[in-house]
Amino acid sequence: MEKMSRVTTALGGSAISGRTMFCHLDAPANAISVCRDATQVVVAGRNIFKIYGLEEEQFVEKLNLRVGRKPSLNFSCADVMWHQMEENLLATAATNGAVVTWNLGKPSRNKQDQLFTEHKRTVNKVCFHPTEVYMLLSGSQDGYMKCFDLRKKESVSTFSGQSESVRDVQFSMKDYFTFAASFENGNVQLWDIRRPDRYERMFTAHTGPVFCCDWHPDDRGWLATGGRDKMVKVWDMTTNRAKEIYCVQTIASVARVKWRPERKWHLATCSMMVDHNIYVWDVRRPFIPFATFEEHKDVTTGIVWRHQHDPYFLLSGSKDSTLYQHMFKDASRPVDRANPEGLCFGLFGDLAFAAKESLISGDSNRKPYLGGDRRYPIFFFKKPDLTEQFAHVSSALSVFESSLESKRMDWFVKTALLYLLGGKPFAELCDHNAKVAKELNRPQVSTTWTMLRLMFSDPANLSTPGPNNISKLGNLPLMNSFSMKEMGTESRLDRSKGESRQDNIHLEPGNSLINSNNDENEETEGSEGQAEYMFGDAELDDDDLYSMEHEIQAVEEQEYTLPQEAFPLRHEIMDNPSVPEHLQQDKADSPHASGNEAEVMCLTPIESLSLIAISQPLFSPHLPSRFFCPVVREMLSHYAEQGDVQMAVSVLIVLGDRIRKEIDDLTQEHWYMSYIDLLQRFELWNVSNEVIKLSTCSAITCLNQTSTTLHVNCSNCKRPMSNRGWICDRCHQCASVCAVCHHVVKGLFVWCQGCSHGGHLEHVMNWLKSNSHCPAGCGHLCEYT
Amino acid sequence: DREGEKRLNGWEALGSRDPRSRGTAMEHISQEVMQRVESIGPIPATVPSPVATAGHPTSDLNDILARLLMLSKRCPFDDVRERCVWLLQNVQDFGVRIPRPLGNGPSRFIPEKEILQVSKVDPRTQSIFEDAFAALGRLDNISLVMGFHPQYLESFLRTQHYLLQMDGPLSLHYRHYIGIMAAARHQCSYLVNLHVNDFLQVGGDSKWLNGLDGAPQKLQALGELNKILAHRPWLLTKAHIEHLLKAEEHSWSLAELIHAVVLLTHYHSLASFTFGCGITPEIHSDGGHTFRPPSLSQYCVCDIANGNGHGHLEERRGNHQVSEVSGEVEVLMERMKQLQECRDEEEASQEEMATRFEREKTESMLVATAEDEECVPSRDVSRHFEDPSYGYKDFSRRGEHVPTFRVQDYSWEDHGYSLVNRLYPDVGQLLDEKFQMAYNLTYNTMAMHKDVDTTMLRRAIWNYIHCMFGIRYDDYDYGEINQLLDRSFKVYIKTMVCSPEKTTKRMYESFWRQFQHSEKVHVNLLLMEARMQAELLYALRAITRYMT
Repeated sequence: MEKMSRVTTALGGSAISGRTMFCHLDAPANAISVCRDATQVVVAGRNIFKIYGLEEEQFVEKLNLRVGRKPSLNFSCADVMWHQMEENLLATAATNGAVVTWNLGKPSRNKQDQLFTEHKRTVNKVCFHPTEVYMLLSGSQDGYMKCFDLRKKESVSTFSGQSESVRDVQFSMKDYFTFAASFENGNVQLWDIRRPDRYERMFTAHTGPVFCCDWHPDDRGWLATGGRDKMVKVWDMTTNRAKEIYCVQTIASVARVKWRPERKWHLATCSMMVDHNIYVWDVRRPFIPFATFEEHKDVTTGIVWRHQHDPYFLLSGSKDSTLYQHMFKDASRPVDRANPEGLCFGLFGDLAFAAKESLISGDSNRKPYLGGDRRYPIFFFKKPDLTEQFAHVSSALSVFESSLESKRMDWFVKTALLYLLGGKPFAELCDHNAKVAKELNRPQVSTTWTMLRLMFSDPANLSTPGPNNISKLGNLPLMNSFSMKEMGTESRLDRSKGESRQDNIHLEPGNSLINSNNDENEETEGSEGQAEYMFGDAELDDDDLYSMEHEIQAVEEQEYTLPQEAFPLRHEIMDNPSVPEHLQQDKADSPHASGNEAEVMCLTPIESLSLIAISQPLFSPHLPSRFFCPVVREMLSHYAEQGDVQMAVSVLIVLGDRIRKEIDDLTQEHWYMSYIDLLQRFELWNVSNEVIKLSTCSAITCLNQTSTTLHVNCSNCKRPMSNRGWICDRCHQCASVCAVCHHVVKGLFVWCQGCSHGGHLEHVMNWLKSNSHCPAGCGHLCEYT
Repeated sequence: DREGEKRLNGWEALGSRDPRSRGTAMEHISQEVMQRVESIGPIPATVPSPVATAGHPTSDLNDILARLLMLSKRCPFDDVRERCVWLLQNVQDFGVRIPRPLGNGPSRFIPEKEILQVSKVDPRTQSIFEDAFAALGRLDNISLVMGFHPQYLESFLRTQHYLLQMDGPLSLHYRHYIGIMAAARHQCSYLVNLHVNDFLQVGGDSKWLNGLDGAPQKLQALGELNKILAHRPWLLTKAHIEHLLKAEEHSWSLAELIHAVVLLTHYHSLASFTFGCGITPEIHSDGGHTFRPPSLSQYCVCDIANGNGHGHLEERRGNHQVSEVSGEVEVLMERMKQLQECRDEEEASQEEMATRFEREKTESMLVATAEDEECVPSRDVSRHFEDPSYGYKDFSRRGEHVPTFRVQDYSWEDHGYSLVNRLYPDVGQLLDEKFQMAYNLTYNTMAMHKDVDTTMLRRAIWNYIHCMFGIRYDDYDYGEINQLLDRSFKVYIKTMVCSPEKTTKRMYESFWRQFQHSEKVHVNLLLMEARMQAELLYALRAITRYMT
């Protein structure tokens, strides 16, 4: 009995030695199992059932159990287990539902011992009791678990899983009577072997099938489960309710899980699909495998630790028809290839950065962190046993505290509020903004503004840089030449120019207002009316029109005067962006005229009208501003990339057409959107609106023109009024009647949001001057603000 | 065009759960219709058939009227149904001819009165119907017939909705086009028509509909896969997959391919269901309605054909048949009982088991499917696939051998699911639920008997279908199939699964004559899902092999 002598030596302890090796099988393996003394391994599959001896250098085929002329399906194994007490005893689970035991001590070629055909469906798992020689447990697709006493010809007890397929059964290592069963519906049940009527406890471990489970060899309460949901979970079963204590997320469904001997926290897994590797995990560090074996070319179907007290040898069988012995020292360690670097933002903008110490050590000007030794976070100290744990990485943690100012973004808010983007001559704007930046302690930005002024102002201005353009003489000839060109374009321009020579800026707004009222009456009304008032279709031949027009004029006066207090810039921007697109198109049709107009404004006080009005660089030989454009473009991009999109947009607006054509529309739009988004996050609604109005991107300006339509329903029949706002097509009733004069309101209609009564704006205003109640008599206390 | 769009929106709003917006939409539609009707004026009686004058405003109107007719019958909301009836009546009062539905109900095989009425369903089914209507703007005949089994219907619709409309690697028109390709493989004009409409509605290029040649090369490459999957999935190898994935600029991504495969198998099996239950064309599509007034002769023809006209005769004949075959169910139940009992005693040898499977597999090849002459696919449908002659019978007559696929080595639960879910998230889950629902669905009844465990019967049907595809369960005794499934039933299964277009009403009626229609639909669901899973298994195995 050579075999017996071997057993005794192996039992002596760490007599195992070997190397990473493999052998070819004839067919794919479904499961493997080792005998107790770790000298032999059995491989079972649909078309293979063999025993290999584990020698120092190689696998040696010892026995082929698949005998017979035409092997029956009983040989088609889904699972195999070698008894851990009885050297000669093996059990297999067959795909046709048979449970077979094999006695290697039989003298005949056919070692088949007993055959149990009690299961109606595939048997997924067989399991010997760890200490009881004759007790065998099986779990089947038919939803039953059966316990066999090998001295009898049939099962001694049957446990019903309520027709839910059983995927795995495992006797507890420590509790003599307990076994765990995992099910296709995600449940795990604990049974007492003496009580077949009912499970002891049940809990849902996974979504979808639980393919495998394994009791911890040392810790009585721990059960690891693996499921189709790609998770491995470790459960503490000692408490009243099974508690999930660890969870490892893998990249594919988990087919097998096996605790590593002598290592409390380690377990090995393999997958059923897609992923061919075997992973060994430290359950406390679930994000990266502790070790990986990458030898197999197809899915690994069976894994087993060679000896129950030796953590260094792992055996595996695979669909690729190979059997491997993996040495732990040859495993690849993903952690070595990982970048142990971490980066995180704190609530107040602090930035923490952890990296390998070697990478950072060169940096000398770091201060020790106040909260303790920042270079060795507690986590890395806690290693209990260093023999084979994760590589000891000491990381340095750097915390970058943002300074108070940058933390608060105060500069951003202040800058946004203080910058002037229009309404003054170019040079003034630049100077102003430079000053603002300087006061906010941003010298680079400040200098940039100053330089911009130098680059783009004309030589005449350069001599006297300042807020006021006193030397008009130099400009006059130019202006004349321009007015020559723009003859017959727009009377407004002529007039403003003529006046501007004698008058100062402050007259301009009024003029422009009148002009726009005369010239673009309808558009202006339309856009304004839609935005804030319901504006019916005013037919010119209508009787009511006359009075109504007055109303509108009055309203508009208010419109323009009221906000003036709140929005000092409103006038300047009035005549361009708020006018709908077709007007701008008109201008675009005559580029010379409009371009010149803008240039005039740039050189003279008139420009206060509109800096963002379309302008073109002056093609005068002594103004080489084009020359600077590439530089400025780069500068803007630089600022934007640095995160200071504010600067980029502000410069873009102030420079207007000087630079606009140099930068592609998408980039501009992107900057504008970013800046507007930022402004709105800081609730700087006014500034953001100003930016929108001043922008020259059509995609941006139209932001202000969205959601300006009001839909009204008829007050009688409650149906939407599609054609006209004051008379309903269906019930032919006048819908909007003034509560004061009882006439139809065809122009501006104002109504109370409380009681929804209203009427002509003027009438309601007058009424509410002397009354506080609703003119309709509904008793509501209306308020006009 | 804008007008058409407006109308379309109107139709969509009818699916809203808010009665008011339905009312508004209905209002819009009736205005639209009345406007058109007024503009046309009463049609002189001499015009033979308004349908013939295509391109004329009337044909447009006719489409609308047909649609209204469909809504009046199929909309799950009573208010819409009532309004449609009223509107059609109004139109008729104007002297315009209105359509009437052809045929009787959603199925040619099942009398309309047996199928759930949209107006009389329990709240749960009602809610499922409403969801389906909201999602698609229609409640198709398939859903109505599946309404026998609301649990399943819910799962089915959820899956189909996800496949067609939710996030996925393929663009919407691709999805519908693949559906057309798959349905056309079985010459299922019902599904083809349905999806041609959907395809156009999501902005598909109508040129593609002229045939596979008109479609992008990428889709053309799918034709081969479609063909093999539909008729001989066991021939699928990783070379086919590789061919699709490595075609340079026309190549498919793995995720797209999985999506396409799921769609193909879904529509192959749905075509089986459509033919197996004799689903009739939708009321608003061609062949679902007629503008002809019912004349005496036509009345007879069509109603006899639909098995409803001469109710008495039919019934008497039916009764006769029943008395003749009574006891069929009892025999079946007795057999099941016997199998249950004697299973443990009579132990067939392994060789015997293997032989039984092989025998069943070979026999299933030889079960005659077509009882009549070959039907040449109508040109209209056949242009959506190549090689129309390629079919199941080609090789079954040649006695070609189907290799055995061991389900224990590659099963849906363990392998297929993981692969699908990995590449097309959530779909694995949805399909898994649908398969389980179909496999486990039971009411514990058999015809007039209650409290019967039908597990064995359902398993036999399922495994028989897989057996036809060469899929073997090691743990199943294929002798059971012979005991439980009689010849006429096998013929029906075989026809429905392998060449569904040849299913006839006689086949439907000749199996399980005492069973309820709902039970026959249940069988159809089993067939459909088993077929889909079988095709999927082969396709996914090929993909897995490609990946490893």
